[in-house]
Parts: sequence; structure tokens; C-alpha cells
Amino acid sequence: MTSSPTPAPDSTTWIATQPRNRRRRGPLARFIRKPLGVAAAVLLLLGVVASFAPSLLTSIDPQAADFANVLSGPTAAHWLGTDSLGRDILSRIIYGTGPALLGVLIAVGVAALVAIPAGLAAAMFRPVDAVVTRLNDLVMSIPGIIVLLMVLALSGSMNWAMVAVGLLTAPGLVRVVRSSAATVTEEPYIAAARVFGVGKWKIAFRHVLPRIAGPILVNVSLIAANALVTAAGLNFLGLGLTPPTPSWGGLVADGAAVMNQQPWTLVPSGGVIAITVIAFVLLGDAIRDVTAEGWTAGRSKGASITRATTVPATSSDDAVIESADALLRVRDLSIAFPDADGSARSVVQSVSFDIGAGEAVGIVGESGCGKTITGLGVLGMLPGGARVVSGSIQLDGVELLELSPRERAAVRGKTIAFVSQEPMTALDPLFTVGYQISQAVRVHTGASRKRAAARTLELLEQVRIVDPKRVARSYPHEISGGMAQRVSIAIALAGAPRLLIADEPTTALDVTVQAEIVALLRTLQEETGLAVMLISHDLGVVSALCERAVVMYAGQAVERAPVGELMSTPLHPYSAGLLSANPHFATPGSRLQTIPGSVPPPDKWPVSCHFADRCALATEACRVGPIPLVAVAPGRASRCVRVDALQTEGVAR
Amino acid sequence: MLILILKRVLISIPLLFVVSVLVFVLQSFIPGDAAQQIAGPQASPEMVEKLREALGLNLPVWEQYARWLGEVLHGSLGTSLLNGQPVIDALNQRLPTTLSLVIGSTVIATIVGVVLGVISSRGKGAAARFIDVLSIAGLAVPGFWLALLLITVFSVQLGIFPATGYVAFADSPSEWLRSLALPVAALSLTGVTAIAKQTREAMLDVQASDFIRNLRANGIPESAIVFRHALRSSAVRIVTISGLLFIGALGGSVVIEQVFGLPGLGTLAVSATTSKDLPMIQGIAVYFTLIVIVVNLATDIAYGWINPKVRTS
Ligand code: SF4
Repeated sequence: MTSSPTPAPDSTTWIATQPRNRRRRGPLARFIRKPLGVAAAVLLLLGVVASFAPSLLTSIDPQAADFANVLSGPTAAHWLGTDSLGRDILSRIIYGTGPALLGVLIAVGVAALVAIPAGLAAAMFRPVDAVVTRLNDLVMSIPGIIVLLMVLALSGSMNWAMVAVGLLTAPGLVRVVRSSAATVTEEPYIAAARVFGVGKWKIAFRHVLPRIAGPILVNVSLIAANALVTAAGLNFLGLGLTPPTPSWGGLVADGAAVMNQQPWTLVPSGGVIAITVIAFVLLGDAIRDVTAEGWTAGRSKGASITRATTVPATSSDDAVIESADALLRVRDLSIAFPDADGSARSVVQSVSFDIGAGEAVGIVGESGCGKTITGLGVLGMLPGGARVVSGSIQLDGVELLELSPRERAAVRGKTIAFVSQEPMTALDPLFTVGYQISQAVRVHTGASRKRAAARTLELLEQVRIVDPKRVARSYPHEISGGMAQRVSIAIALAGAPRLLIADEPTTALDVTVQAEIVALLRTLQEETGLAVMLISHDLGVVSALCERAVVMYAGQAVERAPVGELMSTPLHPYSAGLLSANPHFATPGSRLQTIPGSVPPPDKWPVSCHFADRCALATEACRVGPIPLVAVAPGRASRCVRVDALQTEGVAR
Repeated sequence: MLILILKRVLISIPLLFVVSVLVFVLQSFIPGDAAQQIAGPQASPEMVEKLREALGLNLPVWEQYARWLGEVLHGSLGTSLLNGQPVIDALNQRLPTTLSLVIGSTVIATIVGVVLGVISSRGKGAAARFIDVLSIAGLAVPGFWLALLLITVFSVQLGIFPATGYVAFADSPSEWLRSLALPVAALSLTGVTAIAKQTREAMLDVQASDFIRNLRANGIPESAIVFRHALRSSAVRIVTISGLLFIGALGGSVVIEQVFGLPGLGTLAVSATTSKDLPMIQGIAVYFTLIVIVVNLATDIAYGWINPKVRTS
């Protein structure tokens, strides 16, 4: 939607280009499908009727005293019983509805009128923002109840008090409007509308406001609920609407006076307040959901795979497996995510590789190829409902997929450890570096606090940190990214693991630090016999550390080879592409060639060669069926039907 | 950190000023005054006028305010128009009741809310729905109504707790607890639900963060991840809500004190407003604002205690 090359003549065109694809039904039709929302709406409509024409709903005068039936429970004549003067409670509730809803309307109206323009202005005009924020803080610190009491004493009118309630609750709404509007204004089409000179206020009210209607409505429904309860509380205190005028709060007070004789009187009076509040909240939620569905494609959260899974039939990986006594042995690993409709969407398809003890193996590919998911699968920590649909993961001959979650957790940190990409978010910002390392030490070795502290310093030295004592005392925000990555590695080493899964460990760092971290991993590998599974998009990093590499593309292993051979003679067009796109290996003088296009999302993966759309060598044969991964040379396998062409001609670099 | 606190304190001085001006201005609009109230309906206009002069109510608003401000600078908040009692004495006498109630309900709400929130963040669908339902109930059940319900059940029917009245802590700690149990319970329900919901959401957000994944990937036990790391990260949000709850409970205490007949600032506020006892109202407004300022300050200090980044900056 952002790539439209022709400038839109007017902003409405931009609006029309937003994603609306899932908008199958009108808003009303969607609303009707929400039973709770409909029930709430019906109830509030009933309240409106009660406000304007209470006599339509009851024939009993709210002031008529029936002294023969004082304090009765529910009877045929008095459905909700009577109060201490024998007045009909139902009738008093119905006659009390008008003032109650009017009060809510006033409070909500005032809050909205003040807060929506203020919040929008704060989001769109920087200088206004400071003023609005200051004012907001001020109003929030004013003791609201004192103001209310004074306004009531001053005017004696409930309506003025509700104006005050509106003003006092406006700051919350201002915040909601401001923060959600700020998010929306960053969206491309709003920015575009700005570029085309659409006035800021016009953008605010025509484009931003409809988009943030959801959060606003939810907050407004909370303001309504709050206003109703506040008004009832004031009336309960005998302020504002005073007896004998029927009011909901006053009814509770009446009930309180006689609750020892007839506790029932409390039930209908409190009940009507509670039910009305619930109606406000549910209506707000329902309308929010309806508007939200209008804007976003309905993606079901927390979905799980319910339908029978049909993972595309890729041939099982029968190519040569390298080492016989592998530490980690992954076979035909397939991982799938649940789709919105409950079917499985496979993101990793039949991936196999081995990692020998002390060996470093690289998993290479662009992002979106399934490398990280593969790593998390080995760790047994697949996110968001993803699961292994088939295959095997063996560690030292033990099938990990057959272990219980508890047993798998015991493997983590002890045998397999993990280092992630972004060192600055990899550490808990609230604990010192030393604490985080020694926590890991104590968990894995059961060492005492003192022993763990000593071991912590050793580990910091082992990852070549110069001043371990000082660093141990530091918090993560006080150390550099490179140092944070060393600390992450130290934590991973705390349990003396045999395999380290390093997910893009250098990507977030600058070049010199990258080299240092790679060197560190290499030393650790030599010193401790640690095996490394290095996940990276960068063939340069992989070649600096690994003996062998698995190239992954769009969920599949497309090539497996010793790193040296992979670099000199790639036997898959994707590997060749990665190579010529990497500044380290480009032929001097020639231009860097990026692979055209990008990795397709999992739902666009064909059954045939996944790379076909980006491949310069693609022919008809590539698009007929699944391409098997086959052995093409000793210790090498490739998933390409045109390996021969590659071997003889090489890919045009 | 010290600078941060100092800054906060400096910002709050104009706030007190604004609130006191606001009270004066609003008050000056109220028809009738305390003189009329004190003299009674039978009093002759001359008598009322005399009283008015004696009380300084005949002066223009700004002059009344200037006088009041002068008194404040001398460490006094004036005297009650009704009975001549120094306002400060009246307020200090009632402050412990209100503070016991409001602090008690905030603490209870925070503890119970965090426990419920953590439990529900660990659970799946049903636990989440339970919290959603609970939080709607927290909004829907008015505190004063819940108070009456609690009195009916626990005082009238079971006779476990007294229905009304307050016993000072100094007189009898156990009776103090008993006299506060029901008011605190009535005042904390909304808070419990709000904290539970926020805790749940904060915990779920933190669970998605990188460092939690790394802790798990490196074998740190789930209990340490939840209670040490995730909960501490969520604490910033929980503290914010607790602070807001405290301020909300301050407002709610007015009604709750009335229901339970507690001699706190809330009951005083109601009676002072109905009798238009201006110095008293002014004093209560100042106290309430001061409490809000202190709570905000405490919240800031708590942020610093939780987050080293705030502490060192
Ligand atoms: S199979 Fe065909 S399309 Fe796929 S990589 Fe080989 S040559 Fe390219």
C-alpha cells in the first residue's frame, strides 16, 4: 500500500488503499454477531426509554406510599419489593434512570469534548504536547472528591457535579487519545497525506480519529461506568439528588437504613447500578472489537493447530550424513505454526544436519528462512503455538522429542546453551551482570553464593573481560554492546554446556567488535571443546568460525557443505547468490550483486523449488514438483535440479 | 535520584498553590455562607452581618485568600468557622484514620492483585477470562454497596467485625485491625481487580522479551524467571497503578468512612462542605493534595528502587 508510485490527488484515495480486505460485513452486521454487546445495547436502550417515558414501563407512581406493604420482598404487586414507606422499588428505579443516564451523558460528553481535541493536538503538534501533558498531571493531582463536594454545595445540582466528573476524568482519556494517535500518525498513509499537504486538523479528525475509535470507546465506557458509580455515591451520601426524588444511590441509602429488617432492599438498588456498569463496559468492548475487525485482518490470537496437518511433501533428506558419532543429530525436522483457521503452516521442512562434538556448524540464510526457529526447536522453546510436526532431534543419542518438558528444560543451560542476537536486550536490565552470571552458576552447579561469585569472575575472565570485578558490579545499561555479548556468552558457559546455539551473535555489533566476538567463540571452542551451532545471515562470519555449513532457504536446507568448498564452489544458486552479495567475498572491482526479490512468506511457498522466483537458472523442470536434497559430491548435498549447470558454468557472479 | 526527588518537590509547590486558589474561587461562588449557618435561621440580618465581619467573610475573595496565605506562612491553617478549633488540630486528629484506611486498602489490593495476576498470567484461557470477569465486577460493584453487603454478612449476621466505629491503633492494635477490616475490604475490591489485570498484562509482555527467552534457554528455572525476573520487570507498571489506586482510594474513602462511621478526613469533608466551613475545606484540600504529592514522590522513589537506570541518572 505504500509502494503506490503515483501521488494521490486527494487524501481519500490513500484511505481507500489501506488494508480492508477482510471487511466482509458492515459494522452493524458484525455487531449483531456479538451477543454480549447486543444484550448490553438492548439494556441501555431500555434505560433510554425509562429516561424519556418512565410511565411506559411502570404504572406505579414512585412516590405512592403503600403503607399496607412496607418493606415487602418481591411480590406480584411490587416486583422488586417496597421500601420503608411502602413505595415501589421498581418504579423508583425506573424513575431514577433518567437522572442517572443524564449524569453519565454529561460526564462522558464533557470528557470527550475536552480530551479528544486536546489529545489529538498533543499528538500532532509538538508545542501543544508539553502544555497538555503538564495540565494533565495537574488535574490528576487535584483531589477530585473535594472539588465534587464543593461543586455540589455550590450549585446543589447533580448536573454541574457531573460536568466536574467529566473534567476530572478527562486526563485519562487525553492520554489514551494522545498515545494511540501518536502511533497512527506514524503510519505511512498518514505521513503520505501530510506530504500531499492535507491540513493537520483534517488529518486528525478524518483519518486519525476513526482509526483510534476503538481505544477511545473503551476508555469512554470506563468513564461512563465511573461517572455512574460516582453519581450514585454522591446521591448515597444524600448530596445532589435529595429524597424524596428517586435516585439509584438514594435507593441504596434507603436500603442501608433498613438493611437489618429487610436486607433485600439492597439487592435491586445495587443490582441496577452494577448491571448498568457492566452494560457500559461490554458495549464499549463490543464496539471496539467491531471497529478493530474493520481495520485489521482477523488474526486469531493463541491459535493452535487443530486441523489435520498436511505438510507439503518434500522428499525426506536422504543425502549423505556426515559424522557417525554426532553430538547433535537433527533428522527431517519439520516445524509448523498454527494458521488462523487451525491448519498447520509449515515453516521448517525436513531439515537434517549433524554437529559433532567440538565442531562448529553454520546455519546460513536470509531472515525468514527458518534458521532461528530451527534453533529454538532444538532448544525445545518454540514460540506461539509452533510445534515439531515430524522428525527427530538426538542429543548424544537421546531423542529430545520424546522427553517431557521438564526433562528438556534440564538440558538447557547444562548441555545446550544459547546466545541471542541483541546483546542489549539479552540481559535483564534490573539486575547486575554479576548477579545474572552467578544465578546461572548456582542453578547449574549448586554452588554456594560465595563459590558462585568466584566462578562468576572466572567466567568473566574466560570471555576476556578486562576488569571482571567492576563489570560484575555493573548493570547492563552501563556496559557496551560488545561487552554485553561477552557477558551473555559467560552466562551461557556457566553450566559448562557441550553445544552453544548462537543466534546471529554478531549482527547487532559493529565490525571490529564482531571480529572480537567471533575470535572469542573460536578460542572458547578450542579451549573447552564446545560445539557451536552458529545461526547467521552472514557467510563471512560463518566462514570465520565454522567447518561446515547448512544453507537454508524458505524453510528448507538447500545446500550442505564444508565451508571452504561452499565458498569456492557453491552448488546451489542461493548459496552462490549469498556469496556474491557478501562484501567479504565479492570479486574486487565488480559490483555487489544482491539477490533480486525477497524471501516469500511461508504461505507463498510453492511445492516445487522455493527459490525458483528469484533464481537466474530457473527452468520448467524447477517448477514441476518437490526438489530433493541429493548428495552431489563427497560430504556435499544440494537441493537443485541444475547442479550440473552450476558445476560446469558456475553462476554468473 | 536526589535531584529527581528535589525537582518533584519543587514542582509540587505551584500545585498546592493552584489547588488552594481553586478552592477559594469555587467557594466564593457558593450561595450563603458560614455566618448564616452559625447564626441560625432565626438570626436577624444585623447579627449575621456582624458575625460575617468578625469572621472576615465580608472581605473580597482575594483578600480572604491573602489572609489565609499569611496564616499558612505562619504554619497555621486557620480555625474552623463553626467551633473555632484550629484546622490543623482537627485534621491531624482525623488523618490517622483516613491514612490507615487508604494505605491498608492499597496494600491489600496490591498484594492480592499481584498474586491473582501472576497466577492468571501462568494459566491459559480460563484464568484469563476469570481476571476479565473479575475486573468488570471490580468496576460494577460500587464500594459503598459492597460495604453494606459486608456489614450485613459479617457484622449483622456473623458478628465477626464491628459494623461501625474506629479504634485507634494506640488504644488497641487488635481492635484497630478489626475496626478496619470491613472498610478496607470494601475499598480494595476495585484495586484488586485493577492490579490483577495490569499484573497479568505486564507479566505477559515481559514473558515475550528477549532476556526472559535467554534465561529460559540457559536453563534458569521457571520459578526464578517468574518471581525474580518477570515480576520485578512488571513492578514498574504495578507501582504506577498502586499509586493511582491510592489516590482513587482517597476519594473513595469519603463514602466508605461515611458508611462505617469512621472519624476520618472524608466525613469531615462532607460535614465541612455542607456547613460551608471554608477554612476547614481549604485545609482538607491542602491535606489531600499533600497526600497526593507524597504518593507521587513515593512512586518515583519506588521506580528508582526497581530500576537501576532511573537510580543512576
Ligand atoms: S531448482 Fe531450479 S529454480 Fe531451484 S535453485 Fe535450482 S535452478 Fe534455481
